[in-house]
Amino acid sequence: MPSLTFVSPQGVRREITVSGNSSAMNAARLNGIGGIEAECGGALSCGTCHVYVDEADIEKLPPPSDEEGDMLDLVAAPRKATSRLCCQIELSDEIDSLILHIPETQF
Amino acid sequence: METIVILGAGHAGCQAAFALRENGFRGRVTLVNGEEAAPYQRPPLSKGYMKSGRRDEILLRAETAFADHDIHLVSGVAEEIDRDRQQVRLGTGDALPYDHLILAVGTVNRRVSVPAGDTGVHYLKSLRDADILRGRLPQTRRVAVIGAGFIGLEFAALTAAQGKTVEVVDIGTRVMARATSEEVSDFFRHRHQDAGVRFHLGQGVAEIFRHLGNRATLLTTAGGEIEADLVVAGIGVMPNTELAARAGLAVDNGIVVDTYLSTTDPAISAIGDCAQFPSPHAAAPIRLESVQNANDHAKCVARRLTGDRRPYAAVPWFWSDQGSDKLQIAGLPGEADRQVLRGDPERNRFSVFRFRNGQLASVESVNQPAEHMVARRLIGSRSETLADQASDAAVAAKELLLHLQPGNAHASV
Ligand SMILES: Cc1cc2nc3c(=O)[nH]c(=O)nc-3n(C[C@H](O)[C@H](O)[C@H](O)COP(=O)(O)OP(=O)(O)OC[C@H]3O[C@@H](n4cnc5c(N)ncnc54)[C@H](O)[C@@H]3O)c2cc1C
Ligand code: FES
Repeated sequence: MPSLTFVSPQGVRREITVSGNSSAMNAARLNGIGGIEAECGGALSCGTCHVYVDEADIEKLPPPSDEEGDMLDLVAAPRKATSRLCCQIELSDEIDSLILHIPETQF
Repeated sequence: METIVILGAGHAGCQAAFALRENGFRGRVTLVNGEEAAPYQRPPLSKGYMKSGRRDEILLRAETAFADHDIHLVSGVAEEIDRDRQQVRLGTGDALPYDHLILAVGTVNRRVSVPAGDTGVHYLKSLRDADILRGRLPQTRRVAVIGAGFIGLEFAALTAAQGKTVEVVDIGTRVMARATSEEVSDFFRHRHQDAGVRFHLGQGVAEIFRHLGNRATLLTTAGGEIEADLVVAGIGVMPNTELAARAGLAVDNGIVVDTYLSTTDPAISAIGDCAQFPSPHAAAPIRLESVQNANDHAKCVARRLTGDRRPYAAVPWFWSDQGSDKLQIAGLPGEADRQVLRGDPERNRFSVFRFRNGQLASVESVNQPAEHMVARRLIGSRSETLADQASDAAVAAKELLLHLQPGNAHASV
């Protein structure tokens, strides 16, 4: 089961374990992680589930789709090389752990 | 203020409860859930959930999150609002006193009206409806969908993809006529037809004959017949106004609220699908049915109740996933005096920019989420005409933002 660590902009860490196949956004919502709005519920329609994947983990993920990439250009907080929309991060048993940093703002 | 009671635990009610806590409200928050299920998201019911049946993917919050945030989630249906004593009476007999009451009671489905009655016709609104429909799908071969709106078309796409025979009947002469431009409407009709869906447009349902088992024959007003073993109707909704009306609050096409989303009683607000509100994006008061509207209304009222009083002005936006196509709409549909098509419908990627009185009024994007994001900002900035720039295909969507006043590029989205 993959373990997910969310780091708030203030540096507070929360680690959760995720069972089954799920998106990182869904795991965040179910666990009440603040700062991930995910207004469209994962439909790649809102751009409010932005996270920065930890540098050390970025290689674990496939690159973003063109659509996700286009939307990342328009997220509220600055886009970095490690920016992702976490509704598009599918967790599976192949990913043992992931550290995701929450940006200052989603709007 | 000590006690806030919220009626309805849908998108609007839930968001209001959590937003109050995020804004530091320390009093009591009671959220009244009128449904059996823990609070859940509705959009997936006609999309992913219909396929996967996975409840963990549609919960609005984890069930433990309510207690963690000191939100009292109680089951029950409110039957009466006593404004003099400031309390709500539930069907269980319990009375909930309030200092402020938020009505987030949503809508009820409009039902099919035919002489033989609508027995056997399915609607898709609640998780329960979705579970019943899901249960019926494996043995269903022929689907009749009444109403070519978002929900009807999403369901049609989903069942056509499962190899079923799908026929859609709608009184309008084009699909999604109320909410989209002709270009978008035509595009989606063609896409659904390519996937095997048959349309009976410009005709209503005159009668539904029920046969043995689940079989039925729909007779259309044009004399056509549709055979089905599953009939699903998505012909719109009506706001839940009765409770408010009985309490003497003003109601029209929704519970009437002002720009602060306050009803005619300052101790009562109304939000989400049930509220009719003035909008800077429309000439007359409107009522919208969307997750965005529910969320943003909730946040606006939560801000006001925690001391930050601001008129509601958010840009409306909406999405619908039909088959493999994603439609996103920013702004409000309606008359346009100028229209610009960007992209190429033949390649399944385009946007329709519509202008009213020199201002960008709405943008419908098909499979172009980035254009949609830009559109929300452009409309939010309420800047003057961008029609000339927008019609220049060489100008990328993002560059349109550069035409805004400095500082406006991140105007409220
Ligand atoms: C199948 C489907 C698909 C959709 N797809 C999309 C989409 O893709 N994108 C989008 O933006 N929107 C979509 N919508 C619309 C969106 O779900 C609604 O706009 C949103 O749910 C409105 O939230 P709300 O809280 O105002 O109302 P609701 O979610 O309807 O919640 C109202 C709640 O109040 C309860 N209630 C009513 N009366 C009482 C009472 N007296 N006491 C206690 N409780 C009461 C009801 O039982 C209900 O649980 C869809 C809707 C459906 C049904
Ligand atoms: S949740 Fe909306 S884009 Fe990810």
